[in-house]
Amino acid sequence: MDPVQYFSASRLLVVAGKGGVGKTTVTAVVARAAARAGLHVLVVDVAGRAGLAGLLGGGDDEVFGYSSSLIAEGCGPSGTGRITGCFVDPGSALRDYLATHGFGRIAGRLAAGGVLDVMSTAAPGIEDILVIGKIKQLERAGDVDLIVLDAPAAGHAITFLQAAQGLIDSVRVGPIQAQARDVADLLADPTRCQVMLVTLAEPTPVNEVIETAFALEDRVGVALAPIVVNALYPPGDLPDDRTAPVGDPSESAAASPAALVPESAEAAAAASLAALVLESDEAAAADFRRRRVESQTAQVAALADRLPLPQIRLDFVFTAVLTAADVDRLATDLLEQIEALA
Amino acid sequence: MSRRSVVQPAGPSSALADLVNDSRIILTCGPGGVGKTTTAAVIGLHAARVGRRVVVVTIDPARRLADALGLGSDGLTSDPQRVDLAGVEFARADSAMQDGSPAAAAAGELWAMMLDARATFDAVIARYAATPDQADEILANRFYRNISGVLSGTQEYMAAEKLYELHHDDRFDLVVIDTPPTRNALDFLDAPARLTRFLDHRVYRALMTPGRLGMRVVNAAAQLVLKPIARIVGAEVVTDVIGFFQAFDGMEAGFRERSVAVMGLLRDAETHYVLVASPRREAVAEAAYFAGKLVDGGLTTSAVIVNRLHPLFGAEPDEPAEPAEPGRAEPGPVGRARPIEGVDAAGPVDAGDFLDPLERNLAELRQVALRERAALAPLLACVGGVPVAEVPLLAGDVADLAGLAEIERHLFAARPAGR
Repeated sequence: MDPVQYFSASRLLVVAGKGGVGKTTVTAVVARAAARAGLHVLVVDVAGRAGLAGLLGGGDDEVFGYSSSLIAEGCGPSGTGRITGCFVDPGSALRDYLATHGFGRIAGRLAAGGVLDVMSTAAPGIEDILVIGKIKQLERAGDVDLIVLDAPAAGHAITFLQAAQGLIDSVRVGPIQAQARDVADLLADPTRCQVMLVTLAEPTPVNEVIETAFALEDRVGVALAPIVVNALYPPGDLPDDRTAPVGDPSESAAASPAALVPESAEAAAAASLAALVLESDEAAAADFRRRRVESQTAQVAALADRLPLPQIRLDFVFTAVLTAADVDRLATDLLEQIEALA
Repeated sequence: MSRRSVVQPAGPSSALADLVNDSRIILTCGPGGVGKTTTAAVIGLHAARVGRRVVVVTIDPARRLADALGLGSDGLTSDPQRVDLAGVEFARADSAMQDGSPAAAAAGELWAMMLDARATFDAVIARYAATPDQADEILANRFYRNISGVLSGTQEYMAAEKLYELHHDDRFDLVVIDTPPTRNALDFLDAPARLTRFLDHRVYRALMTPGRLGMRVVNAAAQLVLKPIARIVGAEVVTDVIGFFQAFDGMEAGFRERSVAVMGLLRDAETHYVLVASPRREAVAEAAYFAGKLVDGGLTTSAVIVNRLHPLFGAEPDEPAEPAEPGRAEPGPVGRARPIEGVDAAGPVDAGDFLDPLERNLAELRQVALRERAALAPLLACVGGVPVAEVPLLAGDVADLAGLAEIERHLFAARPAGR
């Protein structure tokens, strides 16, 4: 599929998944990929995640504000493709909401009286609805081609997306009810919103993501984008036979003739000593890698078996600190896989 | 294999065992996705092994944990279920432990349950209501149904409430409770206080003035405040809230009393907070945030458990050379501590640097392992000298009690007597 067409399928893409599966990384990867395809992408953070701007190609210390700011531009062909970012927190969303709904005058009085404090303690779903309501407003404004939302972690993602339904049931009239209804409409419309679930190729995350996928479809009625299986170990070209002696200097040299060409006899001696010492480390590391790859491959297959969604597979990144360059490399992989989608 | 164990030597593990021995309540806290629920189960398993009667409370349905515990098709329920430990083989070396626990059988009992926030809340209402009618009125109130149901925040209130109940349940002498994986998980630390604050709130006070029949009614001043709120969220919500408070009338004293007792329990010397983390940078940052929340709440982290740590193949980079193992080459200038050139540096591993896939793999895995250890440093610095135990990233997942026992062995590694 053409990436532009793919990323234009719905204006809002919610990246969701259990904590620790790499949602923020995937958010950055999707945003970079869409921007490289020439789109204007708005990345919405609702959790105040540090370093997100850096991953998107902006400054490491840059923080998103409530109003969108430019993070990167000229990412796509002929100068197109830009990334903006914003941070939507419940407090700002509430003030914004009151101001734009004709309550600006009483907002101060309400806040000073602590009434809203009580109300949100009593019905915390109101905060979620204000946040998604703001995102809905951004979606409606149509200033950008794609909004990528880095959703809250864990079970809260479902609570978050379900808040609208909960409030429609409890708040029967009034602007909040209307807001909740608008949000529910947005979530249920596959031409406006899709949820991209992220998982790791491990038994528990795989089981949970399957449950979440069905729960989201059944309870929220939201459309699901291809599922992202994150942090897959590349097989690493390791020799297949784990019983074969590994790390033998002559063998390594034979396997890769250009490797380890010593510059002097001294270096040769050091290299061969190093190889001896290394032997079990290399073998153990290779064994570990093979077992990881094996178990991940099995999980990917199990997921494909049990969840009828196309998969996008992203590599595990071994580098010390994830950088914008790593994100771009993953974005290249993502774009290739999107092009391969039917 | 002469691999260095990822689990740290006797110190932390021994301290962790002591901590479990000395606790009546253990709370595992930390970000989602770090194996918190499994850790709670493993602590429970250990406690049962050494003779405690322990109940493990999870917040999420945690079906896999239920399966691992052999709880069958019902899974975890809101009633504690006893886990059959008869078939569990604990590590043999345990016989050397000072507590004299048997080598291969649990001396105590392991129970497990899931928190049902709504059922707990309903029970609380039923307990404090003066009459069954009052209870029914509250249970039927739409506003009550909302706060007791799906909306977030209630779980925290109820986790604290359940904790108190279980603590006073004669069947158990240790409660291990898993906290919700959300950033506001530690809200439950002040959940009882929050409820009290809520009742103390001037709006509530202003809203409700004692009426002639002792029944609180909404006063005129409050009506003025409520009007704009009604315009925003709808009058029905306001009516429901008022109805809730009116029905609640007379129950505050009970709640307040309980709240004080629960707060006391959360601060008890025999209540311990175990921080669970994984070595990802974000998870470490979150864990540090939780540690800070504990400090803010006047509490301390008693131990840190780091899950899913990549094994470090090869030597610690800054360690002195070890004596060579028998049959190995003499430790030369290269030595065991020889870092892999160019890999232990900060830069990324470039495939081009390593034409041999085996070397490249070792380099990549070492880089990850060292990155993880570096990522953990700030967390360990911020919790001070508390015991830290590490569980290696295992190739498989925990599928049964044997798997939990395997982690238990890592966490509470046996050591010779006279530690």
